[in-house]
Amino acid sequence: MPKQTPSQTVGPYFAYGLTPEQYGYAFSSIAGGVLAAEAGDGERIRIEGRVLDGAGAAVSDAMVEVWQADGQGRYAHPADPRSSNARFRGFGRVGTGTDPEHRFVFETVKPGASGEGQAPHVNLVLFLRGLLSHAYTRIYFSDEAEANAADAVLAAVPAERRATLIAARADTGGTPLYRFDIRLQGDRETVFFDV
Amino acid sequence: MSDRTPFKPRDWDSHPPYLYPDYKSTALRAPRKPLVPLAPSLSELTGPVFGHDSLGPLDHDLTRNAAKEGEPLGERIIVTGRVLDEDGRPVPQTLVEIWQANAAGRYLHKVDQHPAPLDPNFLGAGRCLTDDAGRYRFVTIKPGAYPWGNHPNAWRPNHIHFSLFGPSLATRLVTQMYFPGDPLLALDPIFQGTPAAARDRLIAAFSLEVTEPEWALGYGFDIVLRGRAATPMEG
Ligand SMILES: [Fe+2]
Repeated sequence: MPKQTPSQTVGPYFAYGLTPEQYGYAFSSIAGGVLAAEAGDGERIRIEGRVLDGAGAAVSDAMVEVWQADGQGRYAHPADPRSSNARFRGFGRVGTGTDPEHRFVFETVKPGASGEGQAPHVNLVLFLRGLLSHAYTRIYFSDEAEANAADAVLAAVPAERRATLIAARADTGGTPLYRFDIRLQGDRETVFFDV
Repeated sequence: MSDRTPFKPRDWDSHPPYLYPDYKSTALRAPRKPLVPLAPSLSELTGPVFGHDSLGPLDHDLTRNAAKEGEPLGERIIVTGRVLDEDGRPVPQTLVEIWQANAAGRYLHKVDQHPAPLDPNFLGAGRCLTDDAGRYRFVTIKPGAYPWGNHPNAWRPNHIHFSLFGPSLATRLVTQMYFPGDPLLALDPIFQGTPAAARDRLIAAFSLEVTEPEWALGYGFDIVLRGRAATPMEG
């Protein structure tokens, strides 16, 4: 039987191939930072954060992908038995090289819970120069304390590390903002999953 | 076997570790704490689905998809292969994206400072969907080697970057394809960071069968994504 092809780093030069429109290259993008442009079912939110290296510096050449259910917790994929909202694809991809503070920003809707024992969350896949295999994590929401307490994945995370997975909500008048910084190393290293 | 059957784990005997000191950028960027196990859920069994609406007609042909006033310079090549899972089953209708340096070893990327010429007729990015037999095919230019700052006189071997989705978030893969007989492979900490037994899987095979007479050399490169485990998820 064939064996898995090894992963290799995305390197520093992915932008014109994988995130071309965001970086101003003459090639179309298959996805960007806007998952939901208009009010559909679900609450419009903004998620932003930075990727911080072991020295605390913001990484300017990371690529962040998100995959999420719609406002009612349905994934736009055949494995989800519920029919999904066809207008909401649920996939986003941005690089951290165009924002002056090297943030990634996603405009989306807050996902619903996708199953029993699952609090609402966004799945995140991280790629960067110096990361030989991609890393998986999840974004949970600070205003879902009750659902988070009942979430099976969070429960399997050592209690002192759970906070690294919870995005803090800020209501500043406009679209609610969730802040989610990813720390690659250190005391507050983000939990990465063995997906 | 169904859409709800979880995937076999990432085979860490095949994939590079996060920390590989010879590749200097890993020092401050490799996660240091162990990965936390995750019970399979719909979140990883699903993933983005792409169709032909995501593709332009010339996306698979890098010798034409950015041509302005002629053809790009360099050695024209065909790169083709199958995307399979660990059970040898084809992965049909899945998106394959590639990007690469031009024949002179220069990336169009604004950050690339290597003083080699850009090619006005070459972008270096392409994509396609696999067919029902899991086959993909690109026409491109053989990328040049380029220097990088990892250590004195460090040069990356010729390579093409690949990005694949497969049927779910769990099968996501970003990798690099190398060329047979490249003397730089033995000196490259990114390639060498891969477990020794798995390295050959990253090297394309020259193929006379794929080679088109009077036109382009052919290379075959099959890609294997994670397969399904035995038992479907409950519920
Ligand atoms: Fe490269």
